[in-house]
Parts: sequence; structure tokens; C-alpha cells
Amino acid sequence: MGSSLVYALSLGEPYGFQFFRNGAFVALIAGGLCGLLGVFVVLRGMSYIGHGLSHAVFGGAAASAVMNFNYFIGAGIWGVVSGVLIGRIARRRIIGADAAIGVVTTASFALGLALLNRYGQAKRSIEAVLFGSVLGVKNSDIIAVLVVAVLATVVIVLGYRKFLFSTFDPEVAEVSGVKVSLMEAALMIMLSLTILVTMRVIGTLLISALLVIPAATARLLTNRFSRMLWISPLIGAASAFLGMNVAYHTNTSASAMIILMAAATFTCVYFGSGVRGRRRMASFGHL
Amino acid sequence: MKVAEKDVLVHCHHVTCSYGDSAVVSDVNFTLRRGEFAGIVGPSGSGKTTLLKAVLGSIMPVHGNIDMLKGLRMGYVPQVESVDWNFPVTVLEVMMMTRSEKKWWPRITTAERAAAEDVLERLGLGGLSGRHIRELSGGQQQRVFVARALFHSPDILVLDEPTSGVDVRTRHEVLHLLADLHDAGMSVLLTTHDLNGLAAHLPRLICLNKEIVADGSPREVLVPEVLEKLYGAPMHVLEHGGMPVVLDHSENPMVGRFGGKAV
Repeated sequence: MGSSLVYALSLGEPYGFQFFRNGAFVALIAGGLCGLLGVFVVLRGMSYIGHGLSHAVFGGAAASAVMNFNYFIGAGIWGVVSGVLIGRIARRRIIGADAAIGVVTTASFALGLALLNRYGQAKRSIEAVLFGSVLGVKNSDIIAVLVVAVLATVVIVLGYRKFLFSTFDPEVAEVSGVKVSLMEAALMIMLSLTILVTMRVIGTLLISALLVIPAATARLLTNRFSRMLWISPLIGAASAFLGMNVAYHTNTSASAMIILMAAATFTCVYFGSGVRGRRRMASFGHL
Repeated sequence: MKVAEKDVLVHCHHVTCSYGDSAVVSDVNFTLRRGEFAGIVGPSGSGKTTLLKAVLGSIMPVHGNIDMLKGLRMGYVPQVESVDWNFPVTVLEVMMMTRSEKKWWPRITTAERAAAEDVLERLGLGGLSGRHIRELSGGQQQRVFVARALFHSPDILVLDEPTSGVDVRTRHEVLHLLADLHDAGMSVLLTTHDLNGLAAHLPRLICLNKEIVADGSPREVLVPEVLEKLYGAPMHVLEHGGMPVVLDHSENPMVGRFGGKAV
């Protein structure tokens, strides 16, 4: 009895620290945001785009660190330009989207690495971008994540049917008066912004997992788009929040623990949902 | 551009469409009036889908122009083969896609639901609005997309290969559904390569092989001379039950190989 009380009290222990409260809050919002955008990433078969964009933004982050430029502005412009560029190249159809992503983002990542080698003093902040540092969250990070989360939610709620229509059936949507290219550009910009503001928290190397796993898990749980839109952010936020706490108590990397929590949820749901759910999953050949 | 005549829905005037340098559709002229039921027929690569897309406005002709009735509303039904059947949407969610949003929260209202149920009921899909699209039969799946197009209250229903990739039973269902809609006053324009299963049943056929080869009733256009021009190979036409039946007359490569005879 006594020991369990001590244990219960120790669960609350990290909340005595400002850095942990900030980190947990940012992780919660970032997890929800990645879960929300992840629905489109998974349904449009864009998981590789998420992976690629985070690598592209890494180049921008390295460049802004080296030039002593504001991270959000430098890496932000870089990310949006990469996103639009990928969309442009992929639309020509001669080159597949996956190859377009491969060209743009790996080049950007390579540039980031070269800058890191040449100007070693920026190394520490670069490493934070690569692996994430949930515990080194600044006020500006909290504000940035909150602003993008509110913005993305508002845009998706207001354009709900148009986003659904152009994701499901772009050709018919276009004929029915939906500006499909505008919706795609809006999604790419939101995705770039999401990666930008969550990357310093989760890290370049793991962010794409948070864009895919919660949405893929939600897909196993429901056949309705509208439900996926709230189940996926919920799984993302819960994984992030739990992961933060487990990381503190086990003294492990927070971003790794967040992804492991999401992966564990996916595994449970995958085996729990049986054949029906797995058949739904079969549609995602790229996962 | 507007059309002066009230019952003219679409008027193609010397329309040429091309991808790159080569013209896919060349100098096409036709007029579609309210209440018509017409099919664009032709072999693969004859420009059927391109012409349909030009009419829908998703590609622009390089020459000529397409005049539409002012405020014309088109209900487009894509090929079933192009639909992602694993996408997480229910029948009701599919129906709501063509409805424009004029409110903040995207929740489906009681009035919208009732209106959708009404259209579904009319197409024999009553009680299926909560089903996932994969859980329907082939005919029901096709009808859901017709229902979505109708929910948009169109002046004309436009269908791309409505019987491609469907079984015989579904083809019958589709044909009956379109005939019923046409009887109720709906104008229909479709593309098909299915001469006997679909085209022969339509009141008007526009035979296209880059250019319009013939335009008229099946009895007028499903004749050996037109078909040879259309397919570049001799064809036989029989009559069965008062309708033309087209037979491929080209040499059967299987004859003699397995000891069989030409079918």
C-alpha cells in the first residue's frame, strides 16, 4: 500500500519541473497535430512525403543555424519551397512523386550535412533538430506549435468536404468546382508547417512516424473519414503524452519513447482488430 | 460562352484537343439537347474520354469552342475502376461531397441527411447510407456514384465508361437505371466501348475515332461501313430481337491451333 502510494506520487514528480511541463504540453499538441495531418498523409499515400519533408527542413534548419538566422523563418521558407517543388515535379507524372521527393529532400538533407561539417560550431543545435529535444522546449516553440495546431484545425474544419472530396476523388472534385490544386497546396503548406514546428521537439528522424502511425491505427479502427479525423489526433496526443512520462521515468529519449508508444498502440489495434481491420490496412501498400 | 437556344445544353464547335503535338480529338461538332441520351463510342485511344473531359471542362480544346447553357450543372460519374474502394467513406459521406458548405461546422444536418436518403431511396439504395462503400454489391457501388451526381441536381448526367469493369448483372442494372432516369427527363451523355451491351440500347450514338465518323441512332450507325471506318477492321452486324448485334469479323487467330473451329 505504502509503496504504491510512493509510486503514485513519483508519477507526478516530473511535473514539479517547468521544463517537463512545457515539454509534455508541446508533445501533447504536437502529437495531436501530427495525428490530424497524418490522416491526409496516410489516405493520400504521402507517408514518404512526410519523411522527405522533414529531411528537407533539416537542410533549412542547418542553413539558418549556420547563418545565425531565425530557425522558424529560415527552415520554414525552405520547407514550404521544398513542399511546393515536390508537388510541382510530381504533377508532371513522368517522374513519380516518390522519385521527386527523393531528389528534392535528400539533396536538401545532404546540404544540411555539408553545412554541419563545414561549420562545426552549429553542431549542437543541429543535433537537436536531428533527434529532437522535448525537454529543451522554449516559449517560442510552444507558441509556434499552438498557432499551427489552431490554424490547421480551423482550415480542415472549414474546408472539410472539399478536403475529403479532393482526397478521395480529385478528378470529380475538380469537375464539381473544387479547386483541387489549391486544396493540395493548402495541405502541403500545413504539412510543412507541422513538420517545422514539431521537428525540434520530435526530431527529423522520427517525425514521419508520428505522421503515419496514429492515422494508420485510426484507419484500422474505423471506416469513416470523419471519425478518423478525431481518433488519429487522439492517438497521436496520447502517445506523445504517455511517451514523455515513460521517458522521464526510464531515462530514455523522449521522442523515441513517443514513437514506441504509438507503435505499441498500432500493434495492439492491429492484432485486436482481426482480419477485417487488417484488410482495411491492405490498401496502404506503402506502409 | 452561352448558347441562345434554351434546350441546347452543350454545343461543340470544331473542337480539337491534343496532348503535346498530336491531336487526340479533331474538328468535332455536335449538339446535345435537353432530354437526350447519347453515347460516345469508339475503340481504345479514339479520344472518347478526352472529348468527355473537354465537355466537363477539365481540359481545354486547343481549337474550337464548347458552348454551354448558362449555369449548366453537370453530374459526373467516374469509372468504378478509378475509385479507391478502401478509402474510409460511407455512402452518406460520399453523397455529401458534392454539397457545398455554407456553414462553419461540417456536421451533416437532418435536412441534408433526409435529402440524401431520398435520392438513395429513389435509386434503390435505401437503408444503406451508413455502409462503407466496399460493403456494397457492384451495382450498388455504381449507383452510389450516380446518386452523388444526382444529389448535385444536375441538368445532365455525364458517365465515363459506366459498364467497364462490371459484371453482366451490374451492366443490366446500370442500363435500366439510366433508362429510368432518362424517362424521368434527365439528359445523359456517356462514353462506352461496349457496343452490344450498352451502345446498341441507346437512342443516339456519336461514333468517334479522333473525328466524328457517324452520329445517329444505333440502327443508322451500327452498320458495317461505319464500323469498319471506326475500328479499321471489317465487322459483321446481325439483328437480334429488333436490335443490331455487332460481331468481330477479323480472322480468329485461335482457329486450327487447338483443333477447334472459329466461334
